[in-house]
Amino acid sequence: MTLIIADHNNAELKVSTRNVLQAATTLGEVQILVAGDGCAAVAEQAASLNGVSKVLLAEHPAYAHQLAENLAPLIVEVGASHSHILFSAGTEGKNVAPRVAALLGAPQLSDIIAVESEDTFQRPFYAGNLIATVRVLNAVKVLTVRTTAFDPVADGSSPAPVEVLSASVAADSALSSFVSEQQTESERPELSSASVVISGGRGMGTGESFALLEAVADKLGAAVGASRAAVDAGFVPNDMQVGQTGKIVAPQLDIAVGISGAIQHLAGMKDSKVIVAINKDEEAPIFQVADYGLVADLFEAVPELERAL
Amino acid sequence: MKVMVAVKRVADAYVKVRAKSDGSGPDLGNVKMSINPFCEIGVEEAVRLKERGVAEEIIAVSVGSTASQEQLRAALALGADRGILINSGEQVVEPLGVARLLHRLLEREPCDLVLLGKQSIDGDNNQVGQMLAALWGRPQGTFASELSIDESGVQVTREVDGGLQTVALRLPAVVTTDLRLNEPRYASLPNIMKAKRKEIVEHSPDELGVDISAQMEVLKVEPPPQRQAGVRVESVDELVDKLRNEAKVIT
Repeated sequence: MTLIIADHNNAELKVSTRNVLQAATTLGEVQILVAGDGCAAVAEQAASLNGVSKVLLAEHPAYAHQLAENLAPLIVEVGASHSHILFSAGTEGKNVAPRVAALLGAPQLSDIIAVESEDTFQRPFYAGNLIATVRVLNAVKVLTVRTTAFDPVADGSSPAPVEVLSASVAADSALSSFVSEQQTESERPELSSASVVISGGRGMGTGESFALLEAVADKLGAAVGASRAAVDAGFVPNDMQVGQTGKIVAPQLDIAVGISGAIQHLAGMKDSKVIVAINKDEEAPIFQVADYGLVADLFEAVPELERAL
Repeated sequence: MKVMVAVKRVADAYVKVRAKSDGSGPDLGNVKMSINPFCEIGVEEAVRLKERGVAEEIIAVSVGSTASQEQLRAALALGADRGILINSGEQVVEPLGVARLLHRLLEREPCDLVLLGKQSIDGDNNQVGQMLAALWGRPQGTFASELSIDESGVQVTREVDGGLQTVALRLPAVVTTDLRLNEPRYASLPNIMKAKRKEIVEHSPDELGVDISAQMEVLKVEPPPQRQAGVRVESVDELVDKLRNEAKVIT
């Protein structure tokens, strides 16, 4: 039986849990663990997903901020009898999953992009330049799932039961505590789940010129991203970074503006359905992966694009 | 306080690594090797802690073959005080094995803070720090972009999806570095010379009582499916037309 650890903010289930559920569909019966504080509504949402047999709900103030020190013992207790424990490969999953695996004495496989059988999976490494097919020999398989590789599962016809877990472990480890968080405010969709992404690179020249991309994004309902070069140049904050060391995106449409196409950036977006490159350097490697390439000065082409939409 | 920092020898970030022709693994023959960039950020942070008078001693540790001495020397040149090589020969040690080795080492060399890169750019696993924290029974501050230490513990600002999260950890603790934590310095020539005289001690996994046999089997390593280059469009109007009527990704 598979256990999926739900991604949520105590009010809403994140779509990434639906992607993880898709990855689990060939692995047999699936339960979802919703651990948080005041998150019963999330459990209801998880119960409505197609193919879920049961939702386990663990509520405690110590779980409110998904601190790994508090969550890992809970997941170990709940998941020890499961064959697979799945997390999405976002920052929360990547934070907690290895801690769970180590407590179980099990290896962990990161960022899986395909399930070949119940013990064999594919994952990218070397910044996406290579794909490894790996068999996990341990009885318990702890996996993080690259959400962009799996389509989200829809709601089912009848909801699964929700079982409330009584806190049988000391929920608060007292090792760590939450201090604060600073959410990037944005009217636009989240990068990792947006269906259209427009990203700028070093060619943008300044942070101010990202306003050109935002204007296009507003017309397309797109998220705005950046290459590592643009982030390192200080144009925009790191949470906008698309690439191997940033966010992985795979939208229907990715528009790369003033991006040369370094391996590091390509690793983060090359699974997009349609890639558009706008760059004045016709030799830029980005054109080798772009479905539609436009050799042009971005400062003319992007405003023109905005007007044409 | 005593700080341990882990460093890994990896293929240089600017090398495009290919698969061996038999698909058994990455082809690292004649590939330039470097210190993993995230580990280098960890070393830099440890050195800054020492410069601020917070850390008294920095121990750089690497798990790998004898060749990893080169990366330990690089860490010593940046300012680590001494090095420890856990010599695993040519065997690839899985993240849990590395965490177990570091955990055993911490029993011999008690430290208040362990700094590691959030991931190595070869395996891209992003696991060792979290696994070490679990085995050690200590808190973890992953993907750190800022850290501050006082008597009560360490505050770590973490780069998380959608923004930043700050957590307070009791010491001893494990912190893994993200790109924004600092910009590593270049080692000066005098410091490179000085590093040659610093001590590197070797241990074997056996000596530390850790079984590093694999719990995963790599069946195949291959390049990802290649994307074909598409077409060049001549104008924005042509682009919009193609997106609307050919690719049908906008309305």
